[in-house]
Amino acid sequence: MRLKISHLTRYDYDEAVPYGLQQLRLTPKSTRAQEVTAWATHIEGGKKELSFEDHHRNVVELVSFEPGTSTLIVRSEGEVELTDTAGVVGPHAGFTPLWLFLRSTPLTRAGPGVREIVRSVEGEGEIDRLHDLSAKIRGRIAYETGVSHPGWTAEDAVEAGHGVCQDHAHVFLAAARAMGYPARYVSGYLMMNDRVSQEAGHAWAEAHVDGLGWAGFDVSNGISPDTRYVRVATGLDYAEAAPVSGHRFGSGGETLSVSLDVAQQ
Amino acid sequence: MLGKTAGGLYWMARNLERSENTARMIETGQRIALTRAGDTTDEWGSILRAAAVGPGFAAKHGEPTRDAVIDWMLRDKDNPSSVLRAVEGARSNARVVRTAITEDVWEAVNSCWMRLCDALARKVSERDLPRVLDLIRHRSALVRGAMHGTMLRNECYDFARIGTFMERADNTARIIDVKYYVLLPSAMAVGSRLDNVQWETILRSVSGEGGYRMSYGHQVRPREIVKFLVHDRQMPRSLSFCCGKVRDNLNYLATDYGARHPCHDQIEALCQRFASQDVDAIFDYGLHEYIQETLSALGGLSRQIEVDYRFYE
Amino acid sequence: MPEPAAESPPTRLCSATQAAQNGPMGSYFDEMWDDGESLRAPYREFGAWFEGEDPARLRAKQREADDLFRLMGITFNVYGRAEAEERLIPFDIIPRIISAREWQKLCRGIEQRVRAINAFLHDIYHRQEIVRAGRVPEAMIARNEAFLPKMIGVNPPGGVYTHIVGIDLVRTGPDEFYVLEDNARTPSGVSYMLENRETMLQMFPELFSQTRVRPVSGYPRHLQRSLAACAPPATTGPPCVAVLTPGIYNSAYFEHAFLADKMGVELVEGHDLRVVDGRVAMRTTQGYRPIDVLYRRVDDEFIDPLNFNPESALGVPGIMDVYRAGGITLANAPGTGIADDKAIYSYMPDIVEFYTGEKAILQNVPTWRCSEPEALAYVLDHLPELVVKEVHGSGGYGMLIGPAATKKDLREFERKLRARPGNYIAQPTLSLSTVPIFSRAGLAPRHVDLRPFVLVSPEGMEITPGGLTRVALKKGSLVVNSSQGGGTKDTWVLEE
Repeated sequence: MRLKISHLTRYDYDEAVPYGLQQLRLTPKSTRAQEVTAWATHIEGGKKELSFEDHHRNVVELVSFEPGTSTLIVRSEGEVELTDTAGVVGPHAGFTPLWLFLRSTPLTRAGPGVREIVRSVEGEGEIDRLHDLSAKIRGRIAYETGVSHPGWTAEDAVEAGHGVCQDHAHVFLAAARAMGYPARYVSGYLMMNDRVSQEAGHAWAEAHVDGLGWAGFDVSNGISPDTRYVRVATGLDYAEAAPVSGHRFGSGGETLSVSLDVAQQ
Repeated sequence: MLGKTAGGLYWMARNLERSENTARMIETGQRIALTRAGDTTDEWGSILRAAAVGPGFAAKHGEPTRDAVIDWMLRDKDNPSSVLRAVEGARSNARVVRTAITEDVWEAVNSCWMRLCDALARKVSERDLPRVLDLIRHRSALVRGAMHGTMLRNECYDFARIGTFMERADNTARIIDVKYYVLLPSAMAVGSRLDNVQWETILRSVSGEGGYRMSYGHQVRPREIVKFLVHDRQMPRSLSFCCGKVRDNLNYLATDYGARHPCHDQIEALCQRFASQDVDAIFDYGLHEYIQETLSALGGLSRQIEVDYRFYE
Repeated sequence: MPEPAAESPPTRLCSATQAAQNGPMGSYFDEMWDDGESLRAPYREFGAWFEGEDPARLRAKQREADDLFRLMGITFNVYGRAEAEERLIPFDIIPRIISAREWQKLCRGIEQRVRAINAFLHDIYHRQEIVRAGRVPEAMIARNEAFLPKMIGVNPPGGVYTHIVGIDLVRTGPDEFYVLEDNARTPSGVSYMLENRETMLQMFPELFSQTRVRPVSGYPRHLQRSLAACAPPATTGPPCVAVLTPGIYNSAYFEHAFLADKMGVELVEGHDLRVVDGRVAMRTTQGYRPIDVLYRRVDDEFIDPLNFNPESALGVPGIMDVYRAGGITLANAPGTGIADDKAIYSYMPDIVEFYTGEKAILQNVPTWRCSEPEALAYVLDHLPELVVKEVHGSGGYGMLIGPAATKKDLREFERKLRARPGNYIAQPTLSLSTVPIFSRAGLAPRHVDLRPFVLVSPEGMEITPGGLTRVALKKGSLVVNSSQGGGTKDTWVLEE
């Protein structure tokens, strides 16, 4: 399947920004399951300074604000050809050791709530147990938009009993790591079949299983990623894989608006 | 050269100049207090006004008394122009620009700070005051000597010189302004005892008595004093002299860097103003207004230099 | 220098027996005196000179040295003291003298060790062969806070991770040197090495005309050259080098300014820098100008608020991104702390062997890793004989010296060890060698250590002859840190 994606992020600042930088993790890479045939990111109100590959092998672009700008627009567009691999990404690659993916982060610390979910997990094989974990999380934390906070930790979400894909992924990471599986956060795109204009970017998780390699689990939808999923960036949690993360001088608030179109070609 | 370094040199020189000017003012006040009978507290009030530190003093101490004013101007940490604060500031700036000054200059600034910290560690008694004031002037002269004798005549030197003369011009302008009412050519005041005290104060605080006598003789006339302090080309503390030096050094920078900035236009305009208006024109215009405008032009120029040479971001 | 309390009336004391009466340390190896009366070979010329000197003149010289240091502003700031915020490190006028032969052997060992440290750093941030080979346990890296994931896969220009290294050595006998600690992050103290020599040259020129001492004054030139040799691919033209300091309130600011001055490069702070056109550039009076190599004296955590501690005002947002993109060289590289961590230290003999294929020339001090239950049991049983150190501590803080400890100290450390054993290592109390200091009572032996400074570039390694000798001024004390009452000496390596 071939997907055409257009992703626009717009920041409006209450006051002109004298100086600031944003890291963009918005460029998908070709893998076994996806081939990126065209991709480009355009900036308005800022300037691309450089790009590099981070330790998760994400393509990172560093963007500086145009001095005194009060708007920053980031537009990513491209086409991706997808192949169904039943959610399997494949063997671990790169220098980052697998043990690093066992580290908990402030957003993915396993507390009593997460540990309780871990204790409830059933199943014979490893993959079964991970699918069961995904199901248990979904049973415990209802998918609901507009009620969770982007800064929530895994425990916060368990306690609240509801959340969005980011929260589901964080709880999965905390639990999988507690079970001894290296696990990572994935930010990307999902084409919802019934619409072109999507609500927001999507997030899911991957766990590393010996012999199989990395395998994806979309807790929010209860499945492993298929040909509707475009994988963009990975990290230990949202903070490391976020599409845009930045640092700016000056005070005043900001308003974020996102528009995302994912359509089948 | 880093913008921060240029700023550090500029402020190091301003701070050193300020510490010396403050010492001069205290000396003036003390001299007058000693040679006058009766109540002299008003002299201390005008010293505070000349140093532009009156409001801060009033907030902390109320009515000026000799001891309180001297301590405020020498040592008080709440007074940004006190000798101690200025010397600490100069030394801090010198540490920041350590790589842009010679070892001799650094050691002169550092030992100036060490000696004055010792000398000003406690309240200075009346008996010790002359010795301490001497020390302040002596130490800042050593720094000036080290700068003059060991620094390359490059951008570092230029920024330091610009700082020195900006501060000095500011100081002279303030002194004239505090006394502007006695400089008015009013028949009533001229020759009165009060007037003599006032002009003596002015000339003393800029070390200008001797120079004035050489240029204008013993007859004291307000016009001549203003001319001496605003226009005199030989008097190293006159506004015209100081601004001329600022212009020279800004021009050296323009030549070295191959670029002129808005600050160059501003200093040209300022120098032009001294050249085009004689004393009569100043009095016709209003001395106070004239000096206020000069002070504001100096302030504007200082800010423009900071921007043009990127002292800060 | 604060003079130690007079232990006997001021007399001229020139023999070890007498010197020993001034100190309690007759049983330690003294570098000046052979057992009893005779001078050891490297000290013969100096000893003859000293014999002929009037102690009153030397005392005057000692005071002169202090004034000189104060005037030059060679001070360090002590944290947590609002008052005397700048202090002098006491300087002692008796030099520490090392023979050419002793130095040669040390150099071979140092070079081998530094080579291994750089190879280890490359490996740890790439394939981690040493872990795969089972020579260093995975947990040593995985649980180590000094391991910096953002350095994974980075190939620093010239292949150099740690450009400036200080190896802390102690001596226990004529031929016995031990490495106490490696400093692969930001070793400090080199300015004292240079100023100590400068001061000695000014005060006792006659000494240097009769004894041939190898010069140290080339260090800044070598530093500049060796940094420039590691310029990144983005460099155009002659490399622009700068020194990054946290600012005038940092304890080592004097050294930062000193080195920038002597190298003839800019001394910058975080707020002088920003990312411009994909490079890190400094704000000059004429606009932004890119920097190629940054000798940074700001710790990893604070160097980039965008990538590390967001609260840091000392760093440059995005500098790590420029680094990964090949736009700047950072010296030392971020993440080098994994090599000088006290827990890793105990594996250094294996590390040296793994990467060089040779036995380590320099010995490690035997170390008990308290994370291991057997070692912990031993340490708890022998606490009064041992030195216990925090794994991540530095500057002599948070340390227990068993033989000098009170019962209360021992009980407290026992409690700490049981609570967090992994946080500590223990070592035997070494009989550190002594060198005399010039006290009011004449010569008095005091314990010393030595920090030689090593520069690494793709063109090779440069070890400055000598280094910084630190001396514990308190009688009997083994703690040489300046923050704990230590002083320094000029260190001489004799020409052959």
